Amino acid sequence: MTLAVTRRDVLTLTLALVAGLLVVGLGALALGGVHLSLGEVWAGLRGTAAQPEASTIVREIRLPRILLAMLVGAALAVSGTALQALLRNPLADPYVLGISSGAALGAIIALYVGGRVAAASPLVAFAGALLTTAWVYLLGRRAGRLASYTLVLAGVITASFLSAVILFVLTLLSTRDVRGIAFWLMGDLSVVTDMQLRILLPVVALGILALYAFAKDLNVLLLGEEEAAHLGVNVARVQTAVFLLASLLTGVAVSVSGAIGYLGLLVPHLGRMVVGNDHRTLLPTAALGGAIVLTLSDTLARTVVAPAELPVGAVTAVAGAPVFIYLLRRAAG
Amino acid sequence: MNLISDTRHPTPDTYVRETGVCLRVEDVTYHYPHFELAATSFVAPVGELAAIIGPNGSGKSTLLEIVSGHLKPRSGAVWLDGLDLHHLPPRERARRVGLARQEAPLLFSFEVRDFVRQGRHPHLGRSLFESPEDERWVEWALEMTQLTSLADRRVTEISGGEFQRAVLARTLAQRPRLVLLDEPTANLDIGYQIEMLRLLRQLAAAENFVAVIVTHELNLAAELADYLVLLDAGRCLCQGEPEQVLQSELLSRVFRTPVAVDRNPSSGRPRVTWVAP
Repeated sequence: MTLAVTRRDVLTLTLALVAGLLVVGLGALALGGVHLSLGEVWAGLRGTAAQPEASTIVREIRLPRILLAMLVGAALAVSGTALQALLRNPLADPYVLGISSGAALGAIIALYVGGRVAAASPLVAFAGALLTTAWVYLLGRRAGRLASYTLVLAGVITASFLSAVILFVLTLLSTRDVRGIAFWLMGDLSVVTDMQLRILLPVVALGILALYAFAKDLNVLLLGEEEAAHLGVNVARVQTAVFLLASLLTGVAVSVSGAIGYLGLLVPHLGRMVVGNDHRTLLPTAALGGAIVLTLSDTLARTVVAPAELPVGAVTAVAGAPVFIYLLRRAAG
Repeated sequence: MNLISDTRHPTPDTYVRETGVCLRVEDVTYHYPHFELAATSFVAPVGELAAIIGPNGSGKSTLLEIVSGHLKPRSGAVWLDGLDLHHLPPRERARRVGLARQEAPLLFSFEVRDFVRQGRHPHLGRSLFESPEDERWVEWALEMTQLTSLADRRVTEISGGEFQRAVLARTLAQRPRLVLLDEPTANLDIGYQIEMLRLLRQLAAAENFVAVIVTHELNLAAELADYLVLLDAGRCLCQGEPEQVLQSELLSRVFRTPVAVDRNPSSGRPRVTWVAP
């Protein structure tokens, strides 16, 4: 008999996943171009390592990057989950509303302008994401409220248009800049500053918590907009709030690390396979699962062709496509 | 012809005063670009099953939507237990009114029990989680619709008819005062059709709610409804007990096909049959 989700279920699940995340995090700190033992990792974290390089590697190179991977992974996975519920579409991902294209265009323009603007490209990218969000919101409204149908169309058209503009700007860039952008377009966790982490952590944490408050509304919304309204859900308010929060999470993630693909689409489905469609357990699963998956992917990206690095988006795509196919087969069979 | 016969309820107000609680639909009208619902009124007391019947496009679903409090009429009002349904906040209304219509199949599968549990949403208040009482009502709704054995199955794996029962269960789980169903028997076989409406009537009496359905099934309505409202092209032509509304001349005109109305010998209720030319 399926019992309703309880507070205890959510807590147990969250604790288990946090434990898993810590294990993965420690492993990620240990692996890389230079492999460290767990003892060295621990000493490196505390600053008491015999060799100072271990400390540098752990604290200055790997730890920030791993924290970034966890935050971005969580943000993208939760955004994907929320958008799949909002649009009632299992194929939705954080980029379906065009936000990543807006951010990418911002970053590319910043790089093209060069100089100090180029250095602030994450900010410009975030501005691009915000503008795109506002634009799609206005475009996707119908009779004063968001309709999932018009929203998806607005997002797809906007993404399409922005991609064309991006290609246009790319032709104006020199080859060296293009290489840099390609890395960014595929997703790049290698560039992270303390300031970025300090902003990212509260924004992602608060964004996810705020979305969690809508967990039961998202469950009901899956039944349909009319049905949800008949069950007392303030559909307009929930749609607007979820849209804005998901866009915020996507926007900050993409501004800092580029458009990492597949994560926001697959992690929600993996989560559904494990805990079902109830968002009260699905959202924490997606958040922590996304953090785990991206950390693992990034570790692979750093170690597989060490000392060179693969863009992490390539790893998620190569690993993600077979997983996606497997999910499709499973759903069909 | 605009003939409204309301012999059972001489004046709605005296009735309300006598019984204290009921559904009162008062002169509601609506306007679409190509369709107009003319002033329609009816009263339904607690414990009874009323059926809105009429040909396609007569405004049945529009009327039901207005009665649910969702669609604001151009004029007129709907009173439930003396409360104006159109001025209640959505959550308050959802605690009192359950509306179930034809639903598109879900792309996300829930288990039947989880699906029915969504009916408790209006009662969850600030809490994110269900209480033991919520769970009790979910089990009760599953039992009433004979879905307990299917409760662990996925909603995408059950038949169309079973899904419709699940939708009814979800509506019952809301514990509403007013249960509104649009074509609730559409995909059910005749056994379940009768079962469902009989259940609805029984529950309406036992659990003190009013049930109003929209249906195409004239004979089902004749057998099991207490009160009929006949619409045609946006006007209420007749309302009252089945005997009064199901008149062969009137029906033949409204449905534009020759029908005869006799009596079902086993139940004594009117029976509509098509007359071959």
